[in-house]
Amino acid sequence: MANERHTGGEFNARDRTQHPPAFAPTYKTSVLRSPRNALISLQNSLSEITAPVFKADELGELDHDLILNYSKGGLPIGERIIVHGHVLDEFGRGVPNALVEVWQANAGGRYRHRNDHYIAPVDPNFGGCGRMLTDRDGHYVYRTIKPGPYPWRNSVNDWRPAHIHYSVSGTGWVQRLITQMYFEADPLIAQCPIVRTIPSEAAIRQLIAVLDRNAGVPLDSLAYRFDIVLRGARATWFENRVQGQPAMQRE
Amino acid sequence: MRTVNEAIYLKESASQTAGPYVHIGLAPQQAGFDIFEKNFSNVLVGPGTQGERIRIEGRVTDGSGTPVRDVLVELWQANAAGKYNHPADAQDKPLDPTFRGWGRACSDFKTGMWSFDTIKPGSVEGRGGRAMAPHVSLWIVARGINIGLNTRMYFSDEKDANAADPVLNLIEWEVRRQTLIGQRESALRDGAAVYRFDIQLQGPQETVFFDI
Repeated sequence: MANERHTGGEFNARDRTQHPPAFAPTYKTSVLRSPRNALISLQNSLSEITAPVFKADELGELDHDLILNYSKGGLPIGERIIVHGHVLDEFGRGVPNALVEVWQANAGGRYRHRNDHYIAPVDPNFGGCGRMLTDRDGHYVYRTIKPGPYPWRNSVNDWRPAHIHYSVSGTGWVQRLITQMYFEADPLIAQCPIVRTIPSEAAIRQLIAVLDRNAGVPLDSLAYRFDIVLRGARATWFENRVQGQPAMQRE
Repeated sequence: MRTVNEAIYLKESASQTAGPYVHIGLAPQQAGFDIFEKNFSNVLVGPGTQGERIRIEGRVTDGSGTPVRDVLVELWQANAAGKYNHPADAQDKPLDPTFRGWGRACSDFKTGMWSFDTIKPGSVEGRGGRAMAPHVSLWIVARGINIGLNTRMYFSDEKDANAADPVLNLIEWEVRRQTLIGQRESALRDGAAVYRFDIQLQGPQETVFFDI
């Protein structure tokens, strides 16, 4: 087995120092919604290394165009932007066919959601959600309106920085991730209690999209670049096989 | 600058809460509007799907016992033969082309109840060739949950298989293993067996969550 490299196998263990803890009291809602027992660590089995496979024909042609996918005859108000990047794994490899789903407020900071009652108006031509599959290199792209910041009930005057929510489904169940993308140079990022749940400054920087002047459309749209990193699929030369009778197994 | 003999890996992007408006992106009809032609749902079965029809339903409650009414739950499972519909599953078992094995459910904004219509999965081979008892994997996100919570639901009518399950047996506290058992109700509903599975985020009966 000396040169045999097993793929389709296990994923790197999650580095929890990169992630917010469940209990983060400055984000008040987390207080009663956080488990207090230690998580039970599991080595990967088939239940963890597999995940749903999505197909292109499940998505519509405009699903990744938030400027047009809820148009009721007009265009949404706000800054037209293109957002693109790669979904990578921790080894820097593109993750193909990952399902990327995004949602956001409109330019005024209002969500099209029955539970959002913020004073800013709903935009009749903006739904605020989109979805796409990454290509064979792990690249994704969509077009939208830059979302506005908005106030929320935490302290009496907390404001969310402009952000776009991301849900990513990769090739393994362990890669499932929800996160948020922020915009370069927004002063609200540093003050946001939800951003501040992340313990590492480097991990926060990794959630900030950068202005990408070469990917925009002249006289039409600016562009932002945002790469997302999922857990890495390990290359294992020895033991630790998820299925079949292992040559050397320690549990 | 990178030098040789230095292990360099990218870091996984940090998780952030799904927030209160997660439905816009993942279940827009629940948010209150129609936008996509095809929507993901909590119904995993089609007319030809093999296996025993079941419904899994329950509530997620917070540390005060209050239902989490804005939760979103995803479910991933093997088919009735115990095979995942994914290329990494090399078990010699049949695939069911009508069954992906994945669904997404939102709780009712008033009651907090969520449900999946699916089939009971078969047993899947675990690490080292040890059989795992039939189970479904669940992933839970909501406002106030900073990183998605992973758990499993096992089946109350699989006592022997559960007793031998390598994952349940990893849980040192036998009393806590009970938090992972969906309870089969005695009567069928619409021809399907109903399993009740309540998830407690915090408190004395806190559900076991996994670092997977």
